[in-house]
Amino acid sequence: MRRFLVPAGAALLAVAAHPALADFTGGKVRIGVLNDQSSLYADITGQGSVVAARMAVEDFGGKVKGVPIEVTFADHQNKPDVGSNIARQWYDTDGVDVIVDVPTSSVALAINEVTREKNKVFLVSGAATSDLTGSKCSPNTVHWTYDTWALANGTGSAIVQTGGDSWFFLTSDYAFGHALERDTEAVVLKAGGKVLGKVRHPLNNPDFSSFLLQAQASKAKIIGLANAGGDTINSIKQAAEFGIVAGGQNLAGLLVFITDVHGLGLQTAQGLILTESFYWDLNDSTRAWSKRFSERMNGRVPTMVHAGVYAAVTHYLKALDALGADGDGKAVVAKMKELPTDDPLFGKGTIRKDGRKLHPVYLFEVKKPAESKGPWDYYKLKATIPADKAFRPLAEGNCPLAQ
Amino acid sequence: MTELFGVPAPALFGQLLLGLINGAFYAILSLGLAVIFGLLNIINFTHGAQYMMGAFTAWMLLNWAGLGYWWALLLAPLLVGITGILIERLLLARLAGLDHLYGLLLTFGLALVIQGIFRNEFGSTGLPYAIPPELRGGQNLGFMFLPNYRAWVVVVSLAVCLATWLVIEKTRLGSYLRAATENPTLVQAMGIDVPKMVTLTYGFGVALAAFAGVLAAPIYQVSPLMGADLIIVVFAVVVIGGMGSILGSIVTGFGLGVIEGLTKVFWPQASSTVIFVIMAIVLLLRPAGLFGRAS
Repeated sequence: MRRFLVPAGAALLAVAAHPALADFTGGKVRIGVLNDQSSLYADITGQGSVVAARMAVEDFGGKVKGVPIEVTFADHQNKPDVGSNIARQWYDTDGVDVIVDVPTSSVALAINEVTREKNKVFLVSGAATSDLTGSKCSPNTVHWTYDTWALANGTGSAIVQTGGDSWFFLTSDYAFGHALERDTEAVVLKAGGKVLGKVRHPLNNPDFSSFLLQAQASKAKIIGLANAGGDTINSIKQAAEFGIVAGGQNLAGLLVFITDVHGLGLQTAQGLILTESFYWDLNDSTRAWSKRFSERMNGRVPTMVHAGVYAAVTHYLKALDALGADGDGKAVVAKMKELPTDDPLFGKGTIRKDGRKLHPVYLFEVKKPAESKGPWDYYKLKATIPADKAFRPLAEGNCPLAQ
Repeated sequence: MTELFGVPAPALFGQLLLGLINGAFYAILSLGLAVIFGLLNIINFTHGAQYMMGAFTAWMLLNWAGLGYWWALLLAPLLVGITGILIERLLLARLAGLDHLYGLLLTFGLALVIQGIFRNEFGSTGLPYAIPPELRGGQNLGFMFLPNYRAWVVVVSLAVCLATWLVIEKTRLGSYLRAATENPTLVQAMGIDVPKMVTLTYGFGVALAAFAGVLAAPIYQVSPLMGADLIIVVFAVVVIGGMGSILGSIVTGFGLGVIEGLTKVFWPQASSTVIFVIMAIVLLLRPAGLFGRAS
């Protein structure tokens, strides 16, 4: 008995001498970046998000209340079953306290449930579905960067207002595409426009000619692309080939990232209207941060998802610092909602009761090749949508937390 | 307007034609696989990566050496074909006579390594490659707008498929190839250098993949994953046609392209699955494939 008691007592003394260690599970803070490391969303999220999370930790000083912070990452392959297995392993055996990023809405919805069940923290940057702060909202989740409602409200309204009142949707056939189509359709109908048809294509589909032909036959003025990444790139590229724009119809890329514009080239992408909550060339502090990011990422600039990961992790660490513990996920998220947010990328903001992070959202137009002054100089700002107008009103989301 | 199965007839013709165009890629890729399987008895899982290398070589020739599409169409298959020859000499030749599984694991592993290297170097979004100026624009056929480039793809793929079939079925060289497939020892005894023939055949199959890659570059994004996405479908095409059957791979390549195209009209969500459903049915009814000989 004594042989056991002595070391146990010594361990207790060590913990008592280091009060913070007792409140942080496993004696450290572990951040798990879970995203697409190898497929169509890998440039939008991927290693860039890992680098962004590491930068946030370094800028915070590497420690919270003397407790070390670690960043780990994994590839969910855009499959909900793979993603939830990794999340369970991380939470149950690897001591991960928070999961960050998680593009692909179907995977994000699965992680949302696992995180709620285990009472950990989920910081969403890559996923788009507005259900994460709507009917599926959770006291353990913060949705940071953007969502389908904000995209529809930005790009959708801008296009309807300039006369694009009849739509045909090309929709990626999973949770994200469905949500984006639903939210955009609502905007179009509300503004008095109509939807002439829609076609749902499998995720990661190489050839869009058949779908584009159907869109062409519908005679809709606007072909709304409710897809992302490689699917959007191929849709736009092949629409040019089939003379869709030359024939008088216009494309609306509802979710276009700067890496997609880079992949398309300005020649093909010029004139596209798009909605983002971050652009590297917005102001001095975004430029300074993006420069540091680029140096670590082979010259690539950050996407809004990368920026969101940095800002969300920074705010999470601030909440841990204020709370002095990381074990109770609900308490951490409550603290995050209580503290105002302030970071160099999104400026000052707040997190709403339903988990929605509020900040301005920008409407950009892709520059013509002649207007671009250097590598990655792709956007010109058309409008700024203020934080209180950019996201779905709290009452319309049907989130139980909001009542 | 006349309608067939609830779809306007002109729209249906358009979809048939598009299916044929996509089938052209399946045909040319599965042809390369069939040639390699027929002679080497190796299931070449690197094929998709080699198709991707063809597209990337076209991009590199344009951006680093200033050589356009037409040069790429000639040089890319040659360059990638040479890498194929090296792979056969250095690696695959050592597996001759072993179980299929070894060749499969080696080529699959190689595919992952090659894709990983390209992804690391170029990112996963891919790179733009423009349609050559001579083939821009398109024709209005009344029932659809046919881009000139797609018409070119069908014509050139048909020509390449036909030429390959003629060489293998109708020439002396082809007869050596077929004989070596049946009984390599006997053919070697006749004074024909079988190992060299095997190496060149692998190189040729790989060159076909790279050729398809160059054809695909202006249509799809030049991306490290373009082959990985396509290769599984192409394997299904080969299995449906009958492993190693040249004619089978050409006919099923075009045929399945058309079926997939029609699925995109009637039930778009199933378009990525329909080929595998057909594969399952064919395997149940004719395990050797539509054109394969039961052994």
